[in-house]
Amino acid sequence: MAAYATQGYVLDDTGKRVVVDPITRIEGHLRIEVNVDDQNVIRNAVSTGTMWRGLEVILKNRDPRDAWAFVERICGVCTGVHALASVRCVENALGIAIPKNGNTIRNLMHATLYAQDHLVHFYHLHALDWVDVVSALSADPKATSELAQSISKWPKSSPGYFRDVHSRLKKFVESGQLGPFANAYWGSKAYKLPPEANLMAVAHYLEALDFQKEIVKIQTIFGGKNPHPNWMVGGMPCSINVNETGAVGAINMERLNMVSRIVNQTIDFIDNVYIPDLLAIASFYKTWTYGGGISAQNLLCYGEFPSIPNDDSNNSLAMPRGAILGGDLGTIHEVNLNDLEQIQEFVDHSWYEYDTAGKGLHPYEGVTNPKFDPGPNIKGTRTAIDQVDEKAKYSWVKAPRFKGQPMEVGPLARYVLGYAMGKPEFKEPVDKVLTDLGLPLTAIFSTLGRTAARGLEASWAAHKMREYTDELIATIASGDTACANVDKWEPSTWAKQARGYGYCEAPRGALGHWINIENGRIANYQCIVPTTWNASPRGKDGEIGAYEASLLNTPMEDPEQPLEILRTIHSFDPCLACATHVMSPDGRELTSVKVR
Amino acid sequence: MPESETILVLGIGNLLWADEGFGIRAAEEFVRRYEPHERVTVLDGGTQGLYLLPHVQAASHLLVFDAIDYGLEPGTMKVVLDDEVPSFMGAKKMSLHQTGFQDVLAAAQLTGQAPRHLVLIGVQPVELSDYGGSLREPVRAQIGPAVDLAAEWLERWGVTLCGRASDEEPAMATRALDMDAYEAGRPSEAEASRKGDPRFLPGGST
Repeated sequence: MAAYATQGYVLDDTGKRVVVDPITRIEGHLRIEVNVDDQNVIRNAVSTGTMWRGLEVILKNRDPRDAWAFVERICGVCTGVHALASVRCVENALGIAIPKNGNTIRNLMHATLYAQDHLVHFYHLHALDWVDVVSALSADPKATSELAQSISKWPKSSPGYFRDVHSRLKKFVESGQLGPFANAYWGSKAYKLPPEANLMAVAHYLEALDFQKEIVKIQTIFGGKNPHPNWMVGGMPCSINVNETGAVGAINMERLNMVSRIVNQTIDFIDNVYIPDLLAIASFYKTWTYGGGISAQNLLCYGEFPSIPNDDSNNSLAMPRGAILGGDLGTIHEVNLNDLEQIQEFVDHSWYEYDTAGKGLHPYEGVTNPKFDPGPNIKGTRTAIDQVDEKAKYSWVKAPRFKGQPMEVGPLARYVLGYAMGKPEFKEPVDKVLTDLGLPLTAIFSTLGRTAARGLEASWAAHKMREYTDELIATIASGDTACANVDKWEPSTWAKQARGYGYCEAPRGALGHWINIENGRIANYQCIVPTTWNASPRGKDGEIGAYEASLLNTPMEDPEQPLEILRTIHSFDPCLACATHVMSPDGRELTSVKVR
Repeated sequence: MPESETILVLGIGNLLWADEGFGIRAAEEFVRRYEPHERVTVLDGGTQGLYLLPHVQAASHLLVFDAIDYGLEPGTMKVVLDDEVPSFMGAKKMSLHQTGFQDVLAAAQLTGQAPRHLVLIGVQPVELSDYGGSLREPVRAQIGPAVDLAAEWLERWGVTLCGRASDEEPAMATRALDMDAYEAGRPSEAEASRKGDPRFLPGGST
């Protein structure tokens, strides 16, 4: 192929091909292939979801009220968000209105998930792309303490504390069992932090692991159990009885006080550990400006956190709904999940087939017919592909489009939209970070910008947790304890045919579920998950999606050690288990990197 | 075992993937068969990976049910103890974010809060690639024996379980995911393609 231009990028596949398969520390299987030029700069990028997803089809003919329980099992990361999108789509189809407490509890559980998910993503999946764990071993605990105290008032910052962490880490590494730290590129020149910053980050990695203990209690209290909390079409399956003490399962004052305490701890940890760490790390990578991809052009948000129950207009949504096209921040495009012309999925480069080639289908009309056809120009064999053929079909991920355009979804999309709409709660923190780091607004369209937006959003969500907790306590105090509306619980009350959408902003981006109900049963169910947007393969005109675009023009220190690829792909917080499919039976542990 | 210590009985796997559901189904059977005990927590861990860490850290004794590739005859049950457990659970990535359970154990150790006693009751799967499917007969047949074995281990750890007295069947998850409902409600193969990517799943449809 000669070079071709699309969306302001030039793609050229003539240089050395680098294949990274699988990308580690993500959910599910993703393979990335790039071509680098003679300066090791990425000039072509190909994103392939390597597992088939068939969730929709196994829901056929099941009870719509049970769908949430199945979608909760798609993967281990996105349980709550799929459940939320699922109950919303059934409620939307059947015209079921949820009560105020149901809405507040969902908001609270969802905000909690944001805080937890972003925290886990930053420390346990993404930080290792910026933090060199082995370098931390050469840190001076006293200097680490000085660094920590200079950036935060967090109390665990004495030289003795860091000395202890240092010796624990040393013992762990010497045991030869690296566990979560295995398979990384320690010592790579792409790591820029001094040893003390590395040690501080490792200490906080461990603290964040322990912090999870507290935060999961909120899901347990409102969802009845954790993992896999309970959800319900019509509201939430909670019973509130503030006067009871020790009643099994009921939400009483004692539990609400516990929630309140955990909320305070969450705010404290995020604002005094996560955010200072993020800024400290970012300050060493300011010149690493890559990874923006299509974020400066096309961004999509479904919106989230309705302040008015059953109202998903921007009057109600704390996180707005809207789209930006062509980089025009002055025009916010309306997004309607019911409009058959807006959101469509294409399969021209995906291993599925439609009746008509080149056509896009709205999820209401969506079909999931697998057709594995690797194309004429693959290298290797049909069953062991060394190199995919991106001119043909090359991924199990479909290509979703908004008004025909590939879109980026996720925290960066949400923050840019909030910024463009002039909402102070999004604009002010962004401006502050940029000022503190001495960077222009355009710097946000980058891998680092995506990572920073996620951190700011974690803080936003933690403060929202406080707001929703207070709201819940106030509503209960006023005597309103209803959590669910069961007026339309019985299928006999439903229309013979109904369809609806369930929107959700998952931590990793816009998630949509669409349902067709016939005679009380699921006739068709379709999901478009955030990673489907971001990991999208090419469209029929060769236009590229967010992952592929984000890798272009990035220089690599060493193509044998694809740290830069991991760093940028991880910044999207991929979840391929949902975008494609769950696990391979052998679950190969080691990433293979092949350079040809 | 001292009064303050607690046992976690943990089923892991994905019940949407045929024999991958063994761990969850065994944990369900455990709950169905025995009265709750104050020192025993039974958990359907799904594929939660690192999110299971808090539960693992809280336990002094950990008993895991899982489908394990031992390279043995399908349906074979095998018990692995303590230091040997991580290597058997390393090959298969589950979740969160493709973390193996091995990594969860390593993280527990790194935080200085690892269970002191580990028992893995694993069964060699027959079929993992049947999406929406349920346990195959040889694996299903091991649920009862696996729960028997678990009770023996708990006995050894000083906890005697009582059989359920009441008729009311407790459910771990929502009833929709009960094995009977799950199996009965499955769409036909013609309606719902069941196989995945043939490059990863030999013999899969294209």
